[in-house]
Amino acid sequence: MPGADKETAITERIEAFLADLKRGGSGTGPLRGSGEMARETTYLLRRITAQARWSSAGDLMEIIRNEGRRMTAAQPSETTVGNMVRRVLKIIREEYARSRGSSEETEQQESLHKLLTSGGLSEENFRQQFVHLKANVIEAINELLTELDGTTDNIAMQALEHIHSNEVIMTVGRSRTVEAFLKDAARKRKFHVIVAECAPFCQGHEMATGLSKAGIETTVIADAAIFAVMSRVNKVIIGTQTVLANGGLRAVNGAHSVALAARHHSTPLIICAPMFKLSPQFPNEEDTFHKFVSPHEMLPFTAGEILSKVNVHCPVFDYVPPELITLFISNIGGNAPSYIYRLMSELYHPEDHEL
Amino acid sequence: MADCGEPDGPDNKDNITRSKNEGKELTKEEKQRLRKQKKQQKKQKERKDEKGPSETEKEKTPVSLLPPRPVATQKAPSALPAPASAPIPVPASAPFHSSPTPSPADKPAKSKAELKAERRARQETDRASKQPGSSSSSIKTKAPLSELNPVVKRLPEHVQVDDPAVVKRLAKKLERQQIPLRSDYGYKVSLFSHLHQYSRKAPLTQQLSIPSTVIHPSIVRLGLQYSQGIVAGSNARSVALLHAFKQVIRDYTTPPNEELSRDLVNKLKPYISFLNQCRPLSASMGNAIKYIKKEISNIPSQCKEEEAKTKLLQCIDRYIEEKIVLAAKAISKYAIEKISDGDIILVYGCSSLVNHILCEAFEKSRKFRVIVVDSRPRLEGREALRRLVQRGISCTYVLISALSYILPEVSKVFLGAHALLANGYVMSRVGTSQIALVARTFNVPVLVCCETYKFCERVQTDSFVSNELDDPDDLMVTRKGKTQLENWQDVSSLGLLNLVYDVTPPDFVDLVITDLGMIPCTSVPVVLRVKNLDQ
Repeated sequence: MPGADKETAITERIEAFLADLKRGGSGTGPLRGSGEMARETTYLLRRITAQARWSSAGDLMEIIRNEGRRMTAAQPSETTVGNMVRRVLKIIREEYARSRGSSEETEQQESLHKLLTSGGLSEENFRQQFVHLKANVIEAINELLTELDGTTDNIAMQALEHIHSNEVIMTVGRSRTVEAFLKDAARKRKFHVIVAECAPFCQGHEMATGLSKAGIETTVIADAAIFAVMSRVNKVIIGTQTVLANGGLRAVNGAHSVALAARHHSTPLIICAPMFKLSPQFPNEEDTFHKFVSPHEMLPFTAGEILSKVNVHCPVFDYVPPELITLFISNIGGNAPSYIYRLMSELYHPEDHEL
Repeated sequence: MADCGEPDGPDNKDNITRSKNEGKELTKEEKQRLRKQKKQQKKQKERKDEKGPSETEKEKTPVSLLPPRPVATQKAPSALPAPASAPIPVPASAPFHSSPTPSPADKPAKSKAELKAERRARQETDRASKQPGSSSSSIKTKAPLSELNPVVKRLPEHVQVDDPAVVKRLAKKLERQQIPLRSDYGYKVSLFSHLHQYSRKAPLTQQLSIPSTVIHPSIVRLGLQYSQGIVAGSNARSVALLHAFKQVIRDYTTPPNEELSRDLVNKLKPYISFLNQCRPLSASMGNAIKYIKKEISNIPSQCKEEEAKTKLLQCIDRYIEEKIVLAAKAISKYAIEKISDGDIILVYGCSSLVNHILCEAFEKSRKFRVIVVDSRPRLEGREALRRLVQRGISCTYVLISALSYILPEVSKVFLGAHALLANGYVMSRVGTSQIALVARTFNVPVLVCCETYKFCERVQTDSFVSNELDDPDDLMVTRKGKTQLENWQDVSSLGLLNLVYDVTPPDFVDLVITDLGMIPCTSVPVVLRVKNLDQ
């Protein structure tokens, strides 16, 4: 049956994607950037929308929610996957509301009066069937994909507003967004970049070679020298893995030390992060916040017998509280960390915060 | 020149006073003439005190004074504690504030140049009185400088690499001492163009000829050990230096017509330049050298050579015993009071003193855990880890980028120091200031352990002006089979920076534990003053 074939094809794709997620997280598989991850997820969701069997919006949302739960369980630290799922869910809700003809405003209002009079859960159960819903949803997902494709360029276009000549800029580790940002500014301005290498993986080296090939004066320093050179730095520009709901960051390890040193010297800390990294998580989930990888880069097996007697920790992420951050630069413009909660309400529906 | 100056004396003086009154700048020759005249007047005064030399002597003394003068300028640095008040040869542009005729009533405020001239004159009188064989004058004790005297410091050469005149001067000095000059390596980051940057693959000893008559072989070995990093850590370097000097003293014989106290000091100078070229001297080594030079110059001239040598060897042994070994014991005694059961202590890198404290505390059966923080590229923490684990202390190991993750568990931070500066800043391995900063944010107390012989009189507020640059190739690393920075020299806009030291501001440090007790960071100048008064 053609339908069954389609279903098996879909399930195969999903399984392959999940396996990829699990492998990619351990650091041994091919490391993918978050942008790629987001795009892959959206492609997959579009496929599910196109090929899975569903009759009403509620069914579709149920399917997507299930798949989303499996995907986030495969790699909890890869938050962009969950973010894309929530975006798609919001798209479905919007398209449904538009098809029904009711304005979006009244749907979204969570006024106290409405809560009291409606008596708890909304009656909306998305059971109505619309003919063009599928096409509309797929069109909206395509728009989302175009937006994803253009995020890096959008951020890089704002570079000249923030970097002046003869500045010394510090960055940590490797971020494709920050690399594009700096390269775009280097076309018109001359400045100096200091890259902290970010042991034990030393992604900073790759960043430095990339920047110096674009003609930017680059210096590589060890992580230990961050405070020592911070007094000469004008701005700190870093990327991040996730932007949390309170405006804080889950960034590469060492970012917190950089943020503290920047605050001590009153240097502005600028984060270049596209909107798909914004996640409705809060930072107080101790067991899911940190991710650890094998410490064989830090203390190799050649160290000998002491290996069995010591504990070695190699965390990947760091929490940076929102008080230390000056500015977020995203594809929709610059924002203060205190505004992040409003952006979240525009991107995700509150009922989707928990998948 | 003095001869031609003398008969014209009074006329010239009138010319000079006239030009002074007209407010014109004195020319170089006039100033030199002024200086000589002042000296001669002093000589005349002294000569009047010692009874009646003949007319011929009067004629001879101005001439005989001249040759000792250039010697005096070289001796002066050795007699006075270097480098704090090394006298600069009177700069030609120093304006004379007072009238040419020296009378105390006329000059309410002495200029620096005149102070120097007076001091030199005083030394020459000592020498003049010693040479005719008068045994009565002992070595004149230097009048204790009050603290408010302006101390003219000469900037050390190793922080003026961007000044070509200084580099040329150093090259000439090394040529005179027959020591090869070490050349810089690689592209230097512009912020640090005033510092040297050497490569470990090109040690200075490759340029030495064999046999080298100028430098003692134990010094050559020591220099090589420094430059390759075999001997590292300020205590280890100082002790190695003192042992090498002991060997030098044992092998030393006074040449005829020379005095041990002066000749030995002169012999040590090229060795110190050589070691400085191999690796810039640390503050502790500087203090040790000052002490040795002082001890050598204090040897009385009638002492026999063997006696003098045993005395010196004993002095050095006592220095090591007091300032390093016993100091470590005293510091551990104080520090152990600060360690309680159930503590989780964070240490950074490999400090011999901190390791000693932890081992002692463990032997006194305190129950604690240690977290060793390490950083690239030196990775000294692995050595500390090995030493602690061998004693049986339970340890955890992290890199400095994981500091924010591990600090919430920590109860105390113990740090070692390379030197303590006079404004309270702690100079230590790069990364120490970062640890102190993050510890302060998490409200964890930071304790610095440092012996008093590492206190130095320099002041510094940031890590740029005076630092050491290590081999930049150390930053290269191979991950997943690729070495990203392999060809960094080919890329013109790429630079690698490998700093060795950084300074921690005193507000990050809660307590300094020294052999004199537990003091706050701001009490360092007090300790320095007490030490100076003792000496």
